[in-house]
Amino acid sequence: MARPYRFPGIRPRQTLGRRLDLAARGAGPSVCTILLMLLTQAPFGIPGQAVLLPAVTLASVWFWSVFYPAAMPPPAVFLMGVVFDLLGYLPLGVGVLTLLVAHGIAMRWRGFLTRQGFAMSWLAFQPIAMGAAALSWVLVSALTLRLIPPGPAVFQALLTGAFYPVLAIPLARTHRAIAAVDDE
Amino acid sequence: MIRLSIPARQALSKLTLPVLVVASFGLMLLGKADTLLAERARMALNDGLAPIYAVLAGPLGAINAAVNEVDALWGMRAENARLREENEYLRRWQAIALALDAENARLKASLNWIPDPNASFVTARVVADAGGVYARAALLAVGPNHSVHKGEIALDERGLIGRVTEVGARTARVLLITDLNSRIPVIMETSRARAILVGTNGPRPRLLYWPEGVLPQEGERIVTSAEANAFPANLPIGTVRHSGSGVPEVEPFALLQRLEIVRIFDYGLGGVAPPEAPAKLTTGHH
Repeated sequence: MARPYRFPGIRPRQTLGRRLDLAARGAGPSVCTILLMLLTQAPFGIPGQAVLLPAVTLASVWFWSVFYPAAMPPPAVFLMGVVFDLLGYLPLGVGVLTLLVAHGIAMRWRGFLTRQGFAMSWLAFQPIAMGAAALSWVLVSALTLRLIPPGPAVFQALLTGAFYPVLAIPLARTHRAIAAVDDE
Repeated sequence: MIRLSIPARQALSKLTLPVLVVASFGLMLLGKADTLLAERARMALNDGLAPIYAVLAGPLGAINAAVNEVDALWGMRAENARLREENEYLRRWQAIALALDAENARLKASLNWIPDPNASFVTARVVADAGGVYARAALLAVGPNHSVHKGEIALDERGLIGRVTEVGARTARVLLITDLNSRIPVIMETSRARAILVGTNGPRPRLLYWPEGVLPQEGERIVTSAEANAFPANLPIGTVRHSGSGVPEVEPFALLQRLEIVRIFDYGLGGVAPPEAPAKLTTGHH
């Protein structure tokens, strides 16, 4: 840790305000994701509302893992997975594994994905949405020892894929705001 | 904080993901080994969230009501004509029902019939869907000093909706009759034949295991059976509808898609424990 302090002039002073700012920028995406997850459970009375939870969670974790992984470390993904399992009435661990796998793929592809336009990143999200729905379905079937009708999983995959822009566009705005300050 | 060299820290950060993936498998095992753990965590989370959702339900309900209002104004004339016709029809039925009720009471009096005990009930508001993608359940806000227990029976104003499977400090979870794990002993009202109503996660549960020689008739009423002492007899469930492939299904009377207010009845039955939450390995027989 000695290295950065050899040139003290290069680092800005760690004032309280700046530390708070950094903390907010680091934790903001995770906290917002969890709040969004809770919001999907509110009684809107929309038919098929249960599918919103996986759609929002996966899109959010994917987006931040690709574009700002500093704010979406694996332990945070793990925590979100636990919340996902509890809120979505999945057997414990199913959501955790699904999100961690998505995060892992995002980390591997991000070099390519961050250089693409929006349409391409939406297209790239489709196999992720399908894979996540399929993985959840297989795991739930295995853990409950029963073949679950695949209809809901297919619906989940389609809706998650279609829902991505609704979430990604405001997230991209937020990300630009965060990144702009980082680049100063 | 432990100070590590940069390569060591890089190696460690590369290891985090695989370690957490292994931990998620561990979590699955843990969830299997201790089925109560997930249930408790879930009900604790629900207990915390239910008041927030209950507050949100006000304005959200107002918005939904406004939308429905516009819809209702649109179709008011047609609706009015339909209701007038239905009213006429129901008036005839009411006369028949009153006559039958009086006759029934006379017959019971002459038979020294032991009356069914009156069940006590509480009324609760549905605050959230509690099924996720792979289950059909509803979360009720029952207040902090409630007397709701596992296995009690939930009805809306039209018919049976399910049974209480999990109870928290201020919430209760009701597994709906349409859930994949739901099995209910029923009687077909005209043939008096017994069958089992099996949920499929679809909107209409299926009839299974009816005796040989009897066929569920289209439009026949299905009611609960007192067999196994899990339900009282004769709670209305729905009517038989044959699907395209000829499988007898039941169209529930209850509005399972739009549950708002639910009554939970305590019939004092201790028969079969309700099916466990779908996340679990075994169906419990306590």
